[in-house]
Amino acid sequence: MVKSTVLIAAQRFGLGARPGDLGKIGDARGWLEHQVSASYKAPPETAQLTDSATILAAYVKARKDRRDAKKDGGDPVKQVANTIREEILPHYLAQVEARTRIAATTEQPFRERLVYFWTNHFAVSVDKPVVSGIAGSFENEAIRPHVTGHFADLLLAVEQHPAMITYLDNEFSIGPNSKLAALARRRPRAANRKVDINENLGREILELHTLGVDGGYTQADVTSFAKVLTGWSVGGGEGRLAEGKPGAWHYRDNAHEPGTHTVLGAQYKESGESQGKAVLHDLARHPSTARHLATKLARHFIADDPPAESVDRIAKAYTASDGNLKKVYAALIAEDAAWNPAPAKYKTPYEFVTSSLRALAIEPPEGRKLVASCETLGQRTYSPGSPAGWPDTARDWDGADALMKRVEWSLAFADRTAALRDARQVASDVLGDSVSPATARALGRAESNSQALALLLMSPEFQRR
Amino acid sequence: MLNRRHFLAGAVTAALTTWQRPTFAAAETDSRLVVVILRGALDGLAAVPPVKDPSYASMRGALAFSATAGAQDTALPLDKLFGLNPALSGLHESYRAGELLVVHAVASPYRERSHFDGQNVLENGTLAPNGSADGWLNRALLELPPSPARRELGLALGQNVPLVLRGRAAVASWAPSILPNASQDFLTRLADLYSEDSALSGRLSEAMNVSDMVESDAAGGDAMKPGRGDNLARLKQIVGTAGKLLAADSGPRVAVFDATGWDTHANEGTSQGALAIRLRGLDGALTALKISLGPVWNRTAVLVMTEFGRTVQINGSRGTDHGTATCALLLGGAVKGGRVLADWPGLRTANLYEGRDLKPTTDLRQVVKGVLHEHLGVDPAALARNVFPESQAIAPAEGLIRA
Repeated sequence: MVKSTVLIAAQRFGLGARPGDLGKIGDARGWLEHQVSASYKAPPETAQLTDSATILAAYVKARKDRRDAKKDGGDPVKQVANTIREEILPHYLAQVEARTRIAATTEQPFRERLVYFWTNHFAVSVDKPVVSGIAGSFENEAIRPHVTGHFADLLLAVEQHPAMITYLDNEFSIGPNSKLAALARRRPRAANRKVDINENLGREILELHTLGVDGGYTQADVTSFAKVLTGWSVGGGEGRLAEGKPGAWHYRDNAHEPGTHTVLGAQYKESGESQGKAVLHDLARHPSTARHLATKLARHFIADDPPAESVDRIAKAYTASDGNLKKVYAALIAEDAAWNPAPAKYKTPYEFVTSSLRALAIEPPEGRKLVASCETLGQRTYSPGSPAGWPDTARDWDGADALMKRVEWSLAFADRTAALRDARQVASDVLGDSVSPATARALGRAESNSQALALLLMSPEFQRR
Repeated sequence: MLNRRHFLAGAVTAALTTWQRPTFAAAETDSRLVVVILRGALDGLAAVPPVKDPSYASMRGALAFSATAGAQDTALPLDKLFGLNPALSGLHESYRAGELLVVHAVASPYRERSHFDGQNVLENGTLAPNGSADGWLNRALLELPPSPARRELGLALGQNVPLVLRGRAAVASWAPSILPNASQDFLTRLADLYSEDSALSGRLSEAMNVSDMVESDAAGGDAMKPGRGDNLARLKQIVGTAGKLLAADSGPRVAVFDATGWDTHANEGTSQGALAIRLRGLDGALTALKISLGPVWNRTAVLVMTEFGRTVQINGSRGTDHGTATCALLLGGAVKGGRVLADWPGLRTANLYEGRDLKPTTDLRQVVKGVLHEHLGVDPAALARNVFPESQAIAPAEGLIRA
């Protein structure tokens, strides 16, 4: 008899059980807390991956080569485009493969789920070509090391990562009164090249990363914060942006808008890069940020519409601990609502695919196939398509056609894996006593083990967590 | 799909739920409405540039189009004030054929600059981002005479249903698949397994209905295989096939699709560049839709809308930041087109909204209500009460649709 808390820990907090997992968990709350209290070690799967600076520098160079080739009127345009595809795409595929391999095998699935949660909170998307090779690096470099630390450190690591800087266009945001702007105005064709700020990063930090859309900021705060962030950039650009290590975070003082700037009523004196750090620091401590993050965590772990009291208590833990994420997770784990035995969350396609891999205890296929699987199911990895990240409620994922795609995928997947294990054994391994009579009946009547396995993957108790 | 049991059950339910509706005996509408949502905030001043506005060229700087034929980046001519982005050549033909109506300086009631809240207001039809979990298009479906077969009248072209089409009226969704179809035997077993799970069993039966429609469409063929690469190229294929579903007598009457990638903060471009690529893709998808609808195009209206517009002036990255008013497009054989509707506020700084954005002078709900009334026959009182709550003061626009 498997305790319901053990099942919930594995399914809702973790990434789904592998055969044998349910017997090993023991004290469910302790199992979760242990995962977030252990000190951080980079997963070995990420060790072979190339760092973001190298990949981004290669991308920028290929892009420049293409432009030069175009200028010369030459034919090599296509060739350079191919270079981008050949050089950058393999990094993306390797990152997806490493990520999914971790998901399929990790002994710390709660920690891993938190990595995905924060990567999605601070969404970047490979839809944007400049990000296409570094979204996985962003997760490994900026998110993973900080998911059990303080939110302020996570926030800073994210906003200074080249993936976020380029995704939200900050590398070209230049203060109109900066030295760089003054230089640009002296150039002969200056009229055509307006030099000014770009609001994108500043706005999304306020709206999505910290305060939340109703968090109490104005358009003036957005503009002012964007000025504060001018100079937050990436090294090795073109022309006057050549300074700095190519592809790596670089602060350009000569692009920074000088002066004191007011954000949310507080004045920040001119201090170069530190000015932006100071604003981020205050944003991390803001009560709206506590509420925004608590709401998203509760929605992810409790229900699409989480109880207000749960959100309140998690936000309180955030504020009381000054954004210590370990304490925040402890508050989440302490919520009775998170342990309601009825699964309240409909799995996303990625959750469905990875929990299927875990249920069958199989190694993930190569990156290309994984990308195709998740794309077919409507969630191409590292491709949320907007800075808001993937949505996190059932109504965003439970379309009729999406269900049919899961059916088709399950049949194909079961076809390949049915020889490995008996479906009824898999059901008992990963769902324990939560297998419903209807599912048990369907598995018993199936015409083949492959069909039974597909029915198991499509069963209501496997589709939800 | 249609059998006697379903028909009877449908008729009884219809009789029970439509007692207050004067149109009980009304025949099912034969008009088609397609709603296209451009996510990311389309730059209306780039899609339909006001090339003859005296402030336009100086305000837009490097992103300005010219009104002069033969110049670099010349806009296609529309009327005395407006031109059309040259990437929209198919739409330009429609305009000349009297099938494209542009509404400019238009905005939803939302006045902040968050994409996600803006899209919520655009789709939920209320005044607040969290005003409703249902969409106005779904509520409009509830006001239509029900289909005798109780089939879904709404279709989302995608795996999942966007907010605008979510709600009490059952709707279908469809996207092409690269995987082999599930067998009828498996689906029957799964339906049995879902018999006690109302959410999943409802979705499964909706999905099976659409599968039937797609399979019975002999013209499906290669179009059913999704293309790779750019999502707009794929969209063109999906929309082309979807047009065939919509054209069928027993098909849906209303369809929705969306396209992302309009958030042009950097290197927006003019007749070439990031935005032009998106616009060309949209233009191609709309042309594919027209072709696939065949004669039904004459009974079709396509509404293209976005959550808000973009700043009048360009930013430091040759792009534009989040703004307010933009344009909406109404396209189709049923549309009284060939004109631009705009109470034009002008682009002088003094005339801008908050000194930076195109000022909204038309409420988008006027346009939508006008289309729902004139095209689908939804009663104006129901529009003001149920479809767009608290919109009594927003009168439906008149004369959008050919009589």
